[in-house]
Amino acid sequence: MGKILKLENIVAGYKNKFMLQNISFDVMKSSFTGIIGPNASGKTTLFKTIIGDISLQSGQIIIDGQDILLFSLKEKAQKLAIVTQYFDTPNLSVEDYVLLGRYPYNNRFQFFEAKNDYTIAHKYMHLTDVFKYKDRMITELSGGAQQMVAITRALTQEPDLLLLDEPTSHLDIKHQVQVLDLLQKLNKELKLSVLMIIHDLNLAGEYCDNLLMMSHGKIHKSGTPKEVLNYKDIEMVYDTLVVTQENPLSKKPAVFLVSGSVKDSS
Amino acid sequence: MNKKYNRWFWSILSLLALLFATIVLALSIGEVNFSLGELISIFQKSEGIERSILYNIRIPRILLGFAVGGALSISGLVLQAIYRNPLVEPYTLGISGGAALGVAICIVFGLNEFFPLLSLPISGVIGAFAVIVFMYFISMRRTHLNINSILLTGVMISFITSSVIMFLLSTTTSEKLQNIIFWTMGSLEEPNKYLIYLVVFVSILGLLIFYFFVSQLNALRLGEAHAKYLGINTNLLIKVLFIVASVITGISVATAGVIGFVGLIVPHLMRYLVGNDYRILLISTFLSGGIFLILSDVLARTIISPNELPIGVITGIIGGLVFIVAISKSKKLLKF
Repeated sequence: MGKILKLENIVAGYKNKFMLQNISFDVMKSSFTGIIGPNASGKTTLFKTIIGDISLQSGQIIIDGQDILLFSLKEKAQKLAIVTQYFDTPNLSVEDYVLLGRYPYNNRFQFFEAKNDYTIAHKYMHLTDVFKYKDRMITELSGGAQQMVAITRALTQEPDLLLLDEPTSHLDIKHQVQVLDLLQKLNKELKLSVLMIIHDLNLAGEYCDNLLMMSHGKIHKSGTPKEVLNYKDIEMVYDTLVVTQENPLSKKPAVFLVSGSVKDSS
Repeated sequence: MNKKYNRWFWSILSLLALLFATIVLALSIGEVNFSLGELISIFQKSEGIERSILYNIRIPRILLGFAVGGALSISGLVLQAIYRNPLVEPYTLGISGGAALGVAICIVFGLNEFFPLLSLPISGVIGAFAVIVFMYFISMRRTHLNINSILLTGVMISFITSSVIMFLLSTTTSEKLQNIIFWTMGSLEEPNKYLIYLVVFVSILGLLIFYFFVSQLNALRLGEAHAKYLGINTNLLIKVLFIVASVITGISVATAGVIGFVGLIVPHLMRYLVGNDYRILLISTFLSGGIFLILSDVLARTIISPNELPIGVITGIIGGLVFIVAISKSKKLLKF
């Protein structure tokens, strides 16, 4: 299995402030990787560096075997699709919104959408089950449905790697599960590689194949959820007392918080 | 998808029909009124005073109204798209103010006595450009554009230019005073035919350039960050659009004076009527901006005939009222 994304000795960040220090890691093709870590650990900085919002000071980012700097903006958009936690919701129908994902493939002087664009957009709308909202305005949908539509738009870019920045933090548990189930399905059925920042350790353990735990601009530990989500590492990185156990159904690690009163009495 | 293109086709067709009707109305109404039949027979003649009224007075005003109305409207539309703010128009960005200041300086210092025909438009364009260059260096040189700072700077520039114009007004002679005031309020009376042709040419060129970027404009609806993720060089795109919008505004304001509100109302009404897709929005905004200004001009020159009202008064009152009523009736109006 090849690598879809390879980071080599990344140094990047804000002037005189927060910096990523020598980050190196690989994302394998069709893997489902989560980036976890406390606030200000460098998750978002790393994400912004990969998508090009923050420029590299040294190191190299390689996508599908080629240096990211050698791609044109449109070529990059055909490789990487990005979903963020919050995004502008223009007054557009769901179908028109999803169709915008075809932009990286459009000819410079193409005025009308090609029939193929509609075919592809509809295909992914059926896959993510947002086709029923086709003619609704995106502003009328719930936050969870909007997130599904944003993911559908990203899919119509037909990317090799889907990057998500906390796609579920603002959703209730029903929609969290709905969005993450969808990502898992895309990962399994389409062999789509997924790299996602996720705050919730239990969701991270439940859904991701690989976890990358960050702390102070460095990678603290990476590996399977079982390897990463143990109380020692979590307590070290988050400076918070936790208990870890196995989820009885999925056999994945689950993290329990310990409140102050319980801590005092035990 | 055919349904969408069908709707676009009918929108354009009805706007063209409306434009035609407006032009016929503007040709027939004035100090002398012509019926439709008279109009046709006048056009068949090769000379005569009626023919001269049409060719030398009414047609030039219609052309200028169409071009200036269209230019200000698409300029407002594109500026709103760039700033993703419903209150932006050439006026709020200080571009109109810069042009007005340029013209005021020109009149106060008597520069217009040297080149009577071209000095006003040229100084207006210089004034508009001074503001553009200033804005460019203040907020665009940075690698990342800060939209709020540009917006606030524009509002401040509007204040400063209008204060400086006030200062000039209070220190100058009464004859020049009237010149400046009349120009500031806008008029479609322009004796120089070539200047009118130039404005028509530039505004249509502006429309074509905007169409060149129409798919990027559509992608910009996702927000600047997501447009960039789709493969658009947003920094460059915004600079180019901003400069084109400024140029067509500068030339329009320099020729016809400060005509407010057109760049604000027309784009919003069109978003409401034809939707949010710039492929149809650009052309329909241009056409209806032209229609709106031609109609406003008909009112301006007939209400207190034989005298003439400044057209800015008409666009301000009618446009403002229509807009307030429309906003209170519909929540959808201010949406992007």
